[in-house]
Amino acid sequence: MSATLFAVQTLNGLQLGILLFLIAAGLTLVFGVMDFINLAHGVQYMLGAYLAVAGYAITGTFWGAMLIALIGALVVGLLLEALIFRHLYDRDHLDQVLATFGVILFLNEAVKVIWGAAPLTLPMPDLLSGSIEIMDGLLYPVYRIALIVTGLAVAALLYVLVSKTRAGMLVRAGATNAPMVSALGVDIRRLFMLVFGFGTMLAGFAGILAAPILVVEPGMGDNLLILAFVVIVIGGIGSIRGAFLAALIVGLVDTLGRGFATDIAKLLLSPSAANDVGPAIASMLIYILMAGVLFFRPTGLFPVRGG
Amino acid sequence: MKRIITAAVTAAAVGLCGAAAQAESLKIGFLATLSGPPAVLGQHMRDGFLLGVKQAGGKLGGLDTEVIVVDDELKPDGALTKVRGLLERDQVDMMAGVVFSNVMMAVYKPIIDSETIFIGGNAGPSPIAGRACSPYFFTTSYQNDQNHEAMGKYAEDAGYKRMIVMAPNYQAGKDSIAGFKRHFKGEIVDELYTKLGQLDFSSEITRIAAAKPDAIFTFMPGGMGVNLVKQYAQAGLAGEIPFLSAFTVDETTLPATQDAALGLQAGAQWAPNLDNAANKEFVAAFEAEYGYAPATYAAQGYDAARLIDAALKKAGGKGDKQALMAALKEAPFESVRGDFTFNTNNFPIQDVYVVKAVKRDDGKYVTETVEKVFEDKIDAYVDECRMN
Repeated sequence: MSATLFAVQTLNGLQLGILLFLIAAGLTLVFGVMDFINLAHGVQYMLGAYLAVAGYAITGTFWGAMLIALIGALVVGLLLEALIFRHLYDRDHLDQVLATFGVILFLNEAVKVIWGAAPLTLPMPDLLSGSIEIMDGLLYPVYRIALIVTGLAVAALLYVLVSKTRAGMLVRAGATNAPMVSALGVDIRRLFMLVFGFGTMLAGFAGILAAPILVVEPGMGDNLLILAFVVIVIGGIGSIRGAFLAALIVGLVDTLGRGFATDIAKLLLSPSAANDVGPAIASMLIYILMAGVLFFRPTGLFPVRGG
Repeated sequence: MKRIITAAVTAAAVGLCGAAAQAESLKIGFLATLSGPPAVLGQHMRDGFLLGVKQAGGKLGGLDTEVIVVDDELKPDGALTKVRGLLERDQVDMMAGVVFSNVMMAVYKPIIDSETIFIGGNAGPSPIAGRACSPYFFTTSYQNDQNHEAMGKYAEDAGYKRMIVMAPNYQAGKDSIAGFKRHFKGEIVDELYTKLGQLDFSSEITRIAAAKPDAIFTFMPGGMGVNLVKQYAQAGLAGEIPFLSAFTVDETTLPATQDAALGLQAGAQWAPNLDNAANKEFVAAFEAEYGYAPATYAAQGYDAARLIDAALKKAGGKGDKQALMAALKEAPFESVRGDFTFNTNNFPIQDVYVVKAVKRDDGKYVTETVEKVFEDKIDAYVDECRMN
């Protein structure tokens, strides 16, 4: 368990965390500001990836694909908002869960009808397709480093947007007390649509970024959606800062757990038992973490102030 | 919905055929996983089977053949209900198909108990090859351990001393590692068990790079395999540490992994380039019909249809079930994998190869045989099978 190995695993963890953050940021805004549970958020991540594959087929470049996919994700998000979600804001959470779950089923099936069941792939941009040897015998793709940098930039941008601009102020106010904001003469519906569209685009953006390293297939967003919910519960619902830090924590705990749990178990148990126990514990770690956070800090580690 | 369509088609077919022709028709219930991420496996198997039926002019063994394709959705309980419908409502003459072992274990007993002939198209779990074997069940695929064993033997023969093995943390993953170890006698440096459905393998890949084994063996079916293969190549390990696999690199995943998988190896009982007349005809016809390269699932589905066709001809129709079963057991057809005979448990005795991913001249990504690992491989469970 050398220091380099630990450093590389930390990098791996950060990268997973960044990906989770991009998905969780939109989810936490929509949930926090609008009090709306959007299970379909994961499908929007999937759509981002599929639209990028389609965009690549048209333009032949990664950047063209990204542009098309971002616009496409935004359009689909706004359409869904106008057609379905808008009618659910005043309903209770169970109705929202049922309706958005239906959207998951519908869109998962729709991409299969359009693009087929076989997994697809999106090539990396040439500019970022190189790799750096960061450990003897292990190349680290530049793309993954770019992904970390991009994620950090998006986090910084979101921080400025939310804490320094007027729209951000309204969003924060909405997260704390939506009826009061409405009573003060702010068009809360428009604010909701703005937040929703932005969140959708972030999820789509995550899908585009993930497409070159992960497989593009129907249902690809469903696993990540669960992780994203874990992130926003740990971070505190509605808090961008919480989502960011919690995403990094979840990414690190999950990756380092997978990397080292079996080794640690081997210190205490026989090798064959450790092989059984290690992976089992590693896959439970983030849920244990979430349970712990819920027990000691029910509002999350970084709750929105005042609420 | 699917059921309604099937029922409508069935009704129409019965109506068209009329009462006179009905005695001379054959009805086959075909169960495959056709939804969710693994749908592509079922699609290959179904397309292969239907191609076999089509090539027989829609008449397997000279009987007007109706194939009722049913999606099991990879849900054992739902599959059971659908199979009961096929057996009792549709009164099928035969059952065929099934991609996944958990579905197989759920539907096997009811089909066998109804004394319906059942031709397996893929799943070959150990109980069915052993203690629970049945004279009504034949499979044109393999026993589940076969490809893992082949890779273990291949690793041993290649002189690899230190290996890392990796599989998802569930029963089939553990069985895979156990199968691999049956013939590999070197040192297993590390056993990595990942979460089922895991997407990012950077943690495991880092461990592999740090341990520098002579080679790795992995079983990562479906989308997991695509992710692993892409990330393995991106980490620069593809040319450095040999990648042996089972159900990870094949024509169902190659369209997504493309260049990333080139040179990676897998165990299989069939590949598109196997040199025999039946196979050449099959591969050409399949690609002309469907526009994509067939995987082993397609070859198995095709063989299943051809087996039924040949056995019906030999037995002189479906009337005498005992004669038909005896004919099936003789496997009187030209398999696309060349040599093919049934063992006493009705599982194939067949050659097993190491294959590797290549890019064909026409730009399609396919597997190609590297060498033969087992000649006339017999599965490990046949001695437990007592047929009566």
